[in-house]
Amino acid sequence: MTKTLFEPSIRSRPVYGELSPRAGSAHLFIADGEGAEAITDMFAKAGADAPALLAKSHIIYMPGPYGTDLSAALQALGAAQFHRAPSFNAAELRIRKVLTDAHMGLQVYLAGTETVIGLAQREVMMAGLPFEAVQTEHRGSLSRRVQCVHCKGVTENVTTDPFVCSHCGLNLFVRDHYSRRLAAFQGVNIDAEDPGLVPAAVERFK
Amino acid sequence: MSVGAPKIDVTVAEVVEVNSLIKRFRFVRADGGAMPPFSGGAHVVVEMEENGTRRLNPYSLMSDPSDTSGYSISVRRDDLGRGGSLYLHKQVKAGMRMQISHPVNLFPIDARAKKHLLLAGGIGITPFMSMMGQLQKMGQKFELHYSARSPQLGAYCETLAATYGDRVHLYYDEAGQAVDLDRLLQGQPLGTHLYICGPKGMIGWAKSRAEAAGWPRNTVHSEEFLAPPVGNPFDVELAASGVTVTVGAAQSILEAMEAAGVDAPYLCRGGACGQCETAVIRCDGHIHHHDHWLTPEDKASNRKIMPCVSRFEGKSLVLDR
Repeated sequence: MTKTLFEPSIRSRPVYGELSPRAGSAHLFIADGEGAEAITDMFAKAGADAPALLAKSHIIYMPGPYGTDLSAALQALGAAQFHRAPSFNAAELRIRKVLTDAHMGLQVYLAGTETVIGLAQREVMMAGLPFEAVQTEHRGSLSRRVQCVHCKGVTENVTTDPFVCSHCGLNLFVRDHYSRRLAAFQGVNIDAEDPGLVPAAVERFK
Repeated sequence: MSVGAPKIDVTVAEVVEVNSLIKRFRFVRADGGAMPPFSGGAHVVVEMEENGTRRLNPYSLMSDPSDTSGYSISVRRDDLGRGGSLYLHKQVKAGMRMQISHPVNLFPIDARAKKHLLLAGGIGITPFMSMMGQLQKMGQKFELHYSARSPQLGAYCETLAATYGDRVHLYYDEAGQAVDLDRLLQGQPLGTHLYICGPKGMIGWAKSRAEAAGWPRNTVHSEEFLAPPVGNPFDVELAASGVTVTVGAAQSILEAMEAAGVDAPYLCRGGACGQCETAVIRCDGHIHHHDHWLTPEDKASNRKIMPCVSRFEGKSLVLDR
């Protein structure tokens, strides 16, 4: 799957670019699923500069939400460090440690699903880098991490709109309204005025 | 038209000769009240009237931001300048009444930073003095690297070293000392922001080294007030006001507009803030853009001008003001 094209939406909705090498003292890549291809594509484009870049690169990778696992291709790049984690959650402490020890000059590249890009970007922001300084490229699933604005519970891998909150059971309409702090889209009760009057769920975020 | 609040009537409480080039001025409110609080890095515009010439120059506040009993500024004498610093050095004495603007901050601390790396050259130390006062109170990590020509000309070197200890690093040109910037930039923890204030050459150099070292653009902050350059007199037609003004050799377009009674917007008067940006209706000649507000594309298009610092040479210039 190649780079995703998104319909224009409200300003809050995150937009993604295309990874390209930048000058820096160290390079951190965090990706899931098909995001691996954004990284291999970037190194292919770097050509003769790739070996020097790889010598200063640390790649942290996890399979996508539907099991896509391209670890072998990433590992074959020969980066200074490659780490495969079963999930973002499992990689979280490692990511924090890497960011805590990092110096200015570190370049951060995130690729894959919105969920992993958003969660990783939140860690990078908390470590003190402005979010604009982080490069992102979307690949793979469009499933969303959605926060119920009523009970505040987060439901992972939401593919339909509306959906039922996995915490409080309300029927939620999925907005493009996004929180970088929560790394989640906002879900708002769709039948608050007419309880039970819920439109049929449509698969919008495969 | 100063943007926002009215001006503050002040009395000069104290004039101190810091060294052969620098004097410090302290302003207190003429009505005895408290000054508005400000944030580290803020400046005020000081109004000066001398033999019919009105000057409004920006100066960084160097006093502690939490001290509302008065404001302090330090002014370096520029013998070749347009005369603002010379007026302050020669004419302004304790007890005099003056007018200053409310504080404006174009060089604030970024509160998201994990650490603040302050790089000062010469008189560029002044905004950092108020910043450090604020950072100290906030319990924030910071480090000052201050370059001066000599210990005699390095204003406040001793005071700073005494107050902030090993967070202050001093370099004297005459002793052949210079900050090892590349090494300094490499060793900073993630989340550090860089702040630069000093001569133009130093700001450009430090920004380019930071970019080469992979520092994101919005972690690098700088402030440089430009004095309006002198040049040949020229005429400017102000279409909205229906007047044509002559801009004198040592005058800026903004000052010429004000002298003609045209109420033009401004804030920093030093080519930094963008408040006075004006549309060019017609330009038959060459605009000398001196600001660092307009983009290179804007400058090349000759469709916009910053009247606080830019000049014109040619047949005719018509502005939408």
